[in-house]
Amino acid sequence: MAFTIQFIIDVLSLGGAYALMALGLVIIYGILRLVNFAYGELIMVAGYTMYLSSGSGLPWIVMAALAVAMAVVFGIFTDYAAFRPVRAKSVTAVLITSFAFSNLLQNAALLFISPRPRNVPLPPIFSQTVEIAGAITPVRNLITIAASIVLLAAVAYLMRKTTLGIAMRAAATNFTMARMLGVPANLIISSAFALSGFLAGVVGILWIGRIGTVVPGVGLEPLLVAFIATVIGGMRSLPGAVVGGFLLALIDTTLNYTLPQDLLKFRDAFTFTLVILILLWRPAGLIKGPASGQRT
Amino acid sequence: MLEVRDLSVSYGAIRAVRGISFSLGKGELVSLLGANGAGKSSTIKCIAGALKASGGTITLEGKDITTSSPEQVVRTGLATVPETRDVFPDLTVAENLMLGAYLHRRDVAGNRDNLERMHALFPRLSERSNQAAGTLSGGEQQMLVIARALMSRPSVLLLDEPSLGLAPAIVERIFEMIETLKKSGLTILLVEQNVNQALAVADRAYVMRLGSIVASGTADEIRSTSDLSAHYLGS
Repeated sequence: MAFTIQFIIDVLSLGGAYALMALGLVIIYGILRLVNFAYGELIMVAGYTMYLSSGSGLPWIVMAALAVAMAVVFGIFTDYAAFRPVRAKSVTAVLITSFAFSNLLQNAALLFISPRPRNVPLPPIFSQTVEIAGAITPVRNLITIAASIVLLAAVAYLMRKTTLGIAMRAAATNFTMARMLGVPANLIISSAFALSGFLAGVVGILWIGRIGTVVPGVGLEPLLVAFIATVIGGMRSLPGAVVGGFLLALIDTTLNYTLPQDLLKFRDAFTFTLVILILLWRPAGLIKGPASGQRT
Repeated sequence: MLEVRDLSVSYGAIRAVRGISFSLGKGELVSLLGANGAGKSSTIKCIAGALKASGGTITLEGKDITTSSPEQVVRTGLATVPETRDVFPDLTVAENLMLGAYLHRRDVAGNRDNLERMHALFPRLSERSNQAAGTLSGGEQQMLVIARALMSRPSVLLLDEPSLGLAPAIVERIFEMIETLKKSGLTILLVEQNVNQALAVADRAYVMRLGSIVASGTADEIRSTSDLSAHYLGS
């Protein structure tokens, strides 16, 4: 029983974080048909904002809000710096500018802060553990689960019930038609980047909360995870991203629990093998997005 | 109302529209006829702002909209129903209609009245309000796209081949509806391949062939004088 609860908590907390990461990536992809390779750096930005504000004496929650706000700002900034100038030109151009922007941010962190890990302030609750029916689990896992439930519900509400969200979904299937109804292209794209930045910011805090430090390359793993989760779930579907995130977490956690000690360091090889199998079975991902696929 | 002067549209080296001029008076229903590849849809897309003109001007109620973006064009009161019948397939019928009213999203009461009018005009849409638009039949999708365009409260409506690929009985209904809209005072530019039906509802018509306007006049004139089949069959 304790084991089961432990397992479920692990899957849900990891899956929640993965799902939020994937959602942030797929929101941009759905509308622009472009992968934002600078997405991981938004997590880095959130981490360094925490580090830089650690001496300020602000309450932790204010620092966290500041970190999320900076991720949102940098998300919108990604659009202006890397996407908007070349958006109409070619996919390759945007691919390269988004890589370049990612590199630029990482190198700025290397240069102006440090290549070495920096401590991020965390409230004591992040390092505490609780016992639930015999299972001992870090409180931060429960915080992650709670945060992802709240955020997934909030995103679902935004996308289903608000005009902006419905317009974003419409733009994801047929951008030109949405514009012909008066939905401004730039508003939709900026909103997508802002939302993506918001999710990256929150995930950043939860993710960095596991390790307690931030390094310039901290965003690489979340980017990779988000990318794989969206590929499994279906690149064009928001529910797909969430399903993909949880499925990837299920695979990772199961392997963590079942692989013998000396094979554990090859866990990723097992994970990716399974991902390949899933893709052979469903090449378009588990949940197919809207049919039309024109780039805008 | 709508004035097109010397409009040209090119796709690279291919000139799809070669300097055409035409106009629509207030409350008029003008039909743009022609075979596939005559440049009708390119003209429509260009007016709607979805395609860049390579030359010429488009003015709507005295305002130059030649270089306007699609979202600016609809704001000046021109709504477009593209031939590709672009419903948002994974959005519900109600959500599609709601987006049609995007420009008036603050006027909740006005939109409610308008929605009721649309439901009266297209009863099927009210029955299927909560159904994903992608699950509708072709005819229902066409009605949805027209209703959605009307939700933006346009003064000019561009209809690109509303009868395309629909069963005759449905085409009949669509044309009846176009007549109703005309009677309500809406200015309509109707692009059609379905010549007889288009001429039956139109006040005037222009015939396009290979990117140029080769004939124009009242519906009766076009019917009696110009050799339409020649333009269609290219002989």
